[in-house]
Amino acid sequence: METTAMHIANGIVDGPVSAVFAVLAVAALAVCVRKARNDLDERLAPMAGLVAAFIFAVQMLNFQVLPGVSGHLLGGTLAVILVGPWVGAICVSTVLIVQCLLFADGGLTAIGLNITNMALLGTAAGYLLVAGLLRVLPRNAKGLAVTAFIASVVSVVVASQGFVLEYALGGTTDLSLPWVSGTMAGVHVLIGIGEGLIAATTVATVARVRPDLVYALRHFRKPAVVEQEVTA
Amino acid sequence: MSRKLGWFLAGGLLVALLLAGVVSNFASSSPDGLDATAREGCTFNAEGEITGGHCIAQEEGEHQMSDSPLADYGIRGVGNSFLSTFLAGTAGVLITFGVGAGLFWMARRRDKSEA
Repeated sequence: METTAMHIANGIVDGPVSAVFAVLAVAALAVCVRKARNDLDERLAPMAGLVAAFIFAVQMLNFQVLPGVSGHLLGGTLAVILVGPWVGAICVSTVLIVQCLLFADGGLTAIGLNITNMALLGTAAGYLLVAGLLRVLPRNAKGLAVTAFIASVVSVVVASQGFVLEYALGGTTDLSLPWVSGTMAGVHVLIGIGEGLIAATTVATVARVRPDLVYALRHFRKPAVVEQEVTA
Repeated sequence: MSRKLGWFLAGGLLVALLLAGVVSNFASSSPDGLDATAREGCTFNAEGEITGGHCIAQEEGEHQMSDSPLADYGIRGVGNSFLSTFLAGTAGVLITFGVGAGLFWMARRRDKSEA
């Protein structure tokens, strides 16, 4: 059986552009670590470890989306809902780094590209959607499930377009960009639906068992003071 | 850490171990969305090497870590593919939890000492 590489492999985007995105990823993660410290208390720290481990596990579960094409969860939205945007971005990055260094998944040269797309863009898009949707949807297991589903679909498509941007800047081949963008968006809508179902089931389960452990239920409450609430 | 949180974490970890160790054996082995897009336009032989055409994956290089004992989600030297995936999956979950929880625990806010 042929083993399939997931994530961007080495050599697809050239060295200089990969290096620029590596620097960008390190800088963004440094900001995340600073911001995450506000959120990380004795309850959230072990929970965040579990979220990272869970995302690692679910990323191994490729599901068929088209004949000959599969997909797997990226995890940004799931992480945002359970542990917040800053800690969430670090969780997804941790998974990507472990996968790259130990499991030879996602090129080492391409690690900045993969972190940018899945851990930063995917999580940021998920965060904006979750924060917005929870202003109108009920803050219970059902509302959270609907939020997780919609935010996951959008977040996965946004992450896929991150690759298109990187390919446009430093692709080592010259395929038509509209074709790359359209193909990536199309298949990632399907993958996003799969991710949405997994994320919705997961957050609804946690919200029923331990609602106090769901970051989104504790923090995205008053729309106007989302930023201040944590530091107050 | 409270005992109730400990039980929740243990339960969550068990679910993750089952997903990565057991359920992953039933996962699709087709290329994922990105990989399928990257391969479109090229033709491949039985070993997965590009034999012709024009596609994003054309210039794809070897992975620096392809000699890792855990490369490609299996344990090198373990012939039984179920066992190999089981061991690699459970190792990955435990390592990711260990690294993640360890880092987050060190970075956590310490209210009592600051107050």
